[in-house]
Amino acid sequence: MALTNRSKTVSVREMTLAEKLYFPAILKGLAITFSHIFKKTPTVKYPDVEREFAPVYRGQHVLKRDEAGAERCTACGLCAVACPAEAITMESAERKKGEESLYREEKYASIYEINMLRCIFCGLCEEACPKEAIFLTDRIVPSSFTRGAEVFGKDKLVETLENPIDVSKRQRPEVLEFKKDKKHKHNLTYLDKKPTIKRH
Amino acid sequence: MDQLTFKIILCVVIFVVTLAIAAYSTWAERKVAAVLQDRVGPDRAGPFGLLQPLADGLKMFMKEEFIPSQSNKWLFILGPSFFMLTAFMTGVVIPWGSSFTLNGETYSLQIADINIGLLYLLAVVSVGVYGIMIGGWASNNKYSLMGALRASSQMISYEISMGLSLIALVMVTGTLSLGEIAAQQDAGFANIVYQPLGFIIFIVCAFAETNRAPFDLPESESELVGGFHTEYSSMKLGLFLFAEYINMFISSAVLATLYFGGYNFPYQHELGLGDWLPLVQTAVLFAKITFFILFFMWVRWTLPRFRYDQLMNLGWKVMLPLALANIFITGLVMYFMGKIG
Repeated sequence: MALTNRSKTVSVREMTLAEKLYFPAILKGLAITFSHIFKKTPTVKYPDVEREFAPVYRGQHVLKRDEAGAERCTACGLCAVACPAEAITMESAERKKGEESLYREEKYASIYEINMLRCIFCGLCEEACPKEAIFLTDRIVPSSFTRGAEVFGKDKLVETLENPIDVSKRQRPEVLEFKKDKKHKHNLTYLDKKPTIKRH
Repeated sequence: MDQLTFKIILCVVIFVVTLAIAAYSTWAERKVAAVLQDRVGPDRAGPFGLLQPLADGLKMFMKEEFIPSQSNKWLFILGPSFFMLTAFMTGVVIPWGSSFTLNGETYSLQIADINIGLLYLLAVVSVGVYGIMIGGWASNNKYSLMGALRASSQMISYEISMGLSLIALVMVTGTLSLGEIAAQQDAGFANIVYQPLGFIIFIVCAFAETNRAPFDLPESESELVGGFHTEYSSMKLGLFLFAEYINMFISSAVLATLYFGGYNFPYQHELGLGDWLPLVQTAVLFAKITFFILFFMWVRWTLPRFRYDQLMNLGWKVMLPLALANIFITGLVMYFMGKIG
């Protein structure tokens, strides 16, 4: 069965006189190329002009902080379980006294690593996360010369306070709606808890 | 200014202009290819990539100069030099404009109006094959030799049809001098009106002579790894590639001169340009040449390469009989119109 309507049956018949002259075919070809003079070039001159990413683009991950700047990740490990490429590893630790402004809940990830060479950027970690902690962003994973450098630790994954990463494009309306429901404890933000502890 | 000084200046000017046009043909080639393929083309070096030829030239100079150890060194160097030399030599007989008068003395914008200009042209073009042949042979490499053989057999085959198509033209014009042929087209129509078939044969042969698509078999990248210039590097490769563009420029000039009225244009004397006429005529000639160069490029980026047997069939079984028939028909028509016999 033909997959497209453009297939042509090949034959080895003698060429007709018009075909032997080549000129009709040549003129046809010249007309085709000439028509391309007036067509728009789809080129994006990359370093000068950057192409806009699709809103659902899945690039380098970010570990979000909450509104007060505390890490949202509680090292539950659901992302690592969900990961089909087994790219995520983590180690959990208990929050000590005085670290309340650094980590949102009692448990946090002391080590959190994503192997960018294993990662297939499917976004299942993001879907698995109950804490809205991990997101795939529209940033391209930078290349490097060694394999080791492609294992990203918390230093590269956790967003900085000065430079928060915008993930609003990745937060679907239903997720945002769900987050407003404060009867789930994990949806309570730092501000909702009315903290008494001073941040350092 | 005496005639000799003028000729020397003219030589230098035409040399420089030829080089400049050939250099910018490389840029134009890439731009034309890009436009026809919906791309942008070179645009990094200077505005619209206009400095690209300079960058390419510099790159060529900085490449390693490599001469294969088993090759004949002198012939290896002689090849590209010869090719370049013959490419320049053809420009001598082309009338770049009509003559102009300055301080009572008339200067002709043709370096040498030799009375056998057409024969000279064919002779120099034939000699051009030696550059390729010597270069390919001296490389001591199978691919180069195959490429050189292909190039020389192709050029020799198509030279015959080219020569024969010119014979019909000579019958019509009655002269072998290019200056004369160009001047004749001032009074009457352009020669393409009298020789349409001859023009088609000539332009097809010009494509084959300049080794350009669809007849670029000598240097077919995919099959022969570059053909006769496989072993060449640095500026020697540059000379080969550059000479090809010079050949294209000269071919366009010859086409314009022989069949498209040369420097003449319709109603040139009625416009009242006065002393400016020679200048405008030269500009018109260069416009025609530019048109043909762009046509060469347009064809190159449209047609795929001919197969070798198709090329030879076309050359010997189609072009040669057609050229002969053209001579015969031209003779008959001239006889019945009472021009001869």
